[in-house]
Amino acid sequence: MTKIFTNQGGFLELYSLTISDIRELLKRKEISVIDVVNAVYRRIDAVEDRIKAFITITKEKSLEMAESAQKNINNDNAYLCGVPLAIKDNICTKGILTTCGSKILYNFIPPYESTVTSRLTENGYVLIGKTNLDEFAMGSSTENSGFHTTKNPWDLERIPGGSSGGSAAAVAADECIAALGSDTGGSIRQPAALSGVVGFKTTYGRVSRYGLIAFASSLDQIGPITKNVRDSAILLNVISGHDELDSTSAPLTVSDYTRVLGQDIKGMKIGVPGEYFIEGMDKEVEKAVRDALKKLESLGAIPVEISLPHTGYAVATYYVLATSEASSNLARYDGVRYGLRIEGKDLMEMYMNTRSQGFGAEVKRRIMIGTYALSSGYYEAYYRKAQQVRTLIKKDFEDAFKEVDVILTPTSPTATFKIGEKTAEPLQMYISDIFTISVNLAGVPAISIPCGFTSNNLPIGLQLIGSHFDEESILKVAYAYEQSTEWHKRKPIL
Amino acid sequence: MKGRDFWKWKSLKIKLEVKLRDRISIKYEAIIGLEVHAQMLTETKIFCGCSTKFGSEPNTQTCPVCIGMPGVLPVLNKKALEYAIKTGLAMNCTISKFSRFARKNYFYPDLPKGYQISQYELPICEHGNIEIVVNGNIRKIGITRIHMEEDAGKNIHEGAGNYSFVDLNRAGVPLMEIVSEPDIRSAREAVEYMKKMRTILRYLGVCDGNMEQGSLRCDANVSVRPVGQKEFGVKTELKNINSFRFVEKALDYEIKRQIKVIKEGGKILQETRLWDSTQGITEPMRGKEEAHDYRYFPEPDLVPVVVDQKWIDEINASLPELPDIKRERFVSVYGLPENDADFFTSDKPIADWYEEATASYALSVSGHKVVSNWVKGELTRLLNEENRSIEECPLKPLQLADMLTLIDKGTISGKIAKTVFEEMYKTGKDAEVIIKEKGLVQITDEGEIEKAVDEIIAKYPKEVERFKAGEEKLIGFFIGQIMKATKGKANPQIVNELLKKKLST
Repeated sequence: MTKIFTNQGGFLELYSLTISDIRELLKRKEISVIDVVNAVYRRIDAVEDRIKAFITITKEKSLEMAESAQKNINNDNAYLCGVPLAIKDNICTKGILTTCGSKILYNFIPPYESTVTSRLTENGYVLIGKTNLDEFAMGSSTENSGFHTTKNPWDLERIPGGSSGGSAAAVAADECIAALGSDTGGSIRQPAALSGVVGFKTTYGRVSRYGLIAFASSLDQIGPITKNVRDSAILLNVISGHDELDSTSAPLTVSDYTRVLGQDIKGMKIGVPGEYFIEGMDKEVEKAVRDALKKLESLGAIPVEISLPHTGYAVATYYVLATSEASSNLARYDGVRYGLRIEGKDLMEMYMNTRSQGFGAEVKRRIMIGTYALSSGYYEAYYRKAQQVRTLIKKDFEDAFKEVDVILTPTSPTATFKIGEKTAEPLQMYISDIFTISVNLAGVPAISIPCGFTSNNLPIGLQLIGSHFDEESILKVAYAYEQSTEWHKRKPIL
Repeated sequence: MKGRDFWKWKSLKIKLEVKLRDRISIKYEAIIGLEVHAQMLTETKIFCGCSTKFGSEPNTQTCPVCIGMPGVLPVLNKKALEYAIKTGLAMNCTISKFSRFARKNYFYPDLPKGYQISQYELPICEHGNIEIVVNGNIRKIGITRIHMEEDAGKNIHEGAGNYSFVDLNRAGVPLMEIVSEPDIRSAREAVEYMKKMRTILRYLGVCDGNMEQGSLRCDANVSVRPVGQKEFGVKTELKNINSFRFVEKALDYEIKRQIKVIKEGGKILQETRLWDSTQGITEPMRGKEEAHDYRYFPEPDLVPVVVDQKWIDEINASLPELPDIKRERFVSVYGLPENDADFFTSDKPIADWYEEATASYALSVSGHKVVSNWVKGELTRLLNEENRSIEECPLKPLQLADMLTLIDKGTISGKIAKTVFEEMYKTGKDAEVIIKEKGLVQITDEGEIEKAVDEIIAKYPKEVERFKAGEEKLIGFFIGQIMKATKGKANPQIVNELLKKKLST
């Protein structure tokens, strides 16, 4: 069993390391890829029963990939060579079951690879498995998964957040070195916050969506969930950039995100929007976030009070637009070509049987809301109006970024909640995304990083938002904060 | 019935009859707008790299994108955009510098994504027109819009038992939908419009215009109204019209049906009707299939289509000479009658064939007409016999020109030329080769012809007597006999002269 000595004289298991740690050890030939992969599988064997982060574990594939990664270990550009990663199960992986957390795709094996996993493969990553999510990424807790609910590694009676709850929990529980998630209204950042890890949602168009099973096309972005800020920057380096297969991906060159890490943040202006520090938000969360601001101030950043005046309309706007797009995106699951089919006496009955048995309650609810919002006679009042509000929300951010470099908010109004606590009240569940949704509507990038713990030892997340295609400022501030705190080093006891 | 009541009843009856007679005597006119779907002749589909070839094995020309698998995304084929702009320019449209794709949502097994990517609020072309000629009058028909969209697949119901098969080879083939203004007033005009549409599309090389194979399809919106009335009547939408013949038949039927309904005091229902070509009638579609709310909204997987003026100008400069201008030129430059010019310019390959032939042969207007007669007459007849298109013609235009020169030189007679031409068409050989092989060179030697004339005169003394007695039409009989004896090779002019001379002595 390979263990690594720490300079404190203790042992560190390989699975608990970060991408950059592993890269270093692999390059120095102190360990081999298979050591890392075996360590991760040992960890999975030990904790997965309790966490249930995965829908599919791809051990055979992992060993295959590990072998080929080992050969490539001296390649300087292969940052991810031999690094075991988990991939959210709404990202298509060629030849590997991809369910999107839905019974309707219970048997779907894509004959194609998503652009992000193609890039990871070129870089030599090792796929560990496909992680659990709320069905079609619709939810904030993984309780809407068609298969099972993932548990929060910090408290197994609580949810890990969602929809990328499987990825966040897997990273937090060291069942992988890092993971990819997707974020439509907070689905990377909220679970990262609730599970005590780092989650980055890039500018819309920064990362290709090709192969990401669509929930709301104009909002979806793939992004990293990692143990620290540097790992997010490394993963972003690999997955970012224009893709000819995605017309909405931005034709912009991407710089090396790791270069800004460690740069001084003195004089950087941190915007604090009054609208995000609301009545009724958890006191411990508010205190942790305010403390974080003080910490940044002590590092030389300048807090600036700002206003994002249309914040109050974000949740409503989001639930009109995202559901409208979803109602159309999910029309292809009709039992005709792939996935689940429940026969019926005629075509209509087959459609109805398949879709009513294949989709879960939340997905059906959103399809109905979206169908309604787009219907003739309602389109103007809902869809078009929501698009107009979206423009105003976007403008709020553009105006704010004339004054400040990044915006600081809580990621979620509360820490993680108990399994079942909010399932009966969809609106309560929707509100847990209240601080993350505007970012998707505006298309700007944002990170969530650990910034403290509640008295129950539950993680709290800090959100840093940047302007369009300015991922660098976020990384710079997040890294500076992280390096001056110890939150990211805490691990759940499992 | 008492007296007063009877008169009351009688006057009411008269009133009603007058009203009814009025209604019957009212003249109605039809208002027709056509929605034409044209499959573009791009090599690949509109949003993926699959081939558009027609007639392959089912589902062999498909990929994750056109099958609508989860997570895949469309990427616009630039050629399809270029073809749409080309068509718009040829039809005098304004080209939108900013247009957008939209989703048209409905469930059907041949529609893999559950929505069709189309254009809705901002189409690529708007406000155009084309001219048609009906009964010698030029009519300008407005084009409301041209937009791009993807074709659906095909459901196959034969041989599948209780199931149906779905073939998605056609799914994603680029289409243009060309929507006319309600400017068409009769079935005849609609046919002319469709023909002109096909001519232009074929000139541009953007669509092969084959209605039977479905690469050109047409739906019609039809209503009728009393002549002089401004408001439109209630319209019906006709679908399933898949040949030029059916355009006329279906519309004629529907117009008559609507007038009959109104004259009988009925009301036209706004509905979609299918043309049933075997019964020759239109029938309403079932309501359930018709009740669609397509829930259009902007396609979030594609960015707006932005075209710059420079590209539009380049495409404009690359447009071929269009049929109307070509027709005018054929009349003014070649001096062809309108009929001939129409005939050639209705199909670009025929016009090209004619021009090549006449350029290598004719130096004068009469010469251009000679070429025209041969192409429009003999050549077209031969092609039609085998149902061949001009592109499949085994003869080169130059071969016709050479043959015509041989006539002018007197090497063959005009009559023999028809035989030669047929042989040329059959074998693809040049006229000279055929003349040599078959010994068809014209006899111009007077001595040789005189011998033949003498023999015939000697053979038919009775007919000579009758001719001399005044039965002059027998000259034809003598000529026929001489040509027969010379196997048609004798120069008819010389035969004529010699005969007249011999018979008059």
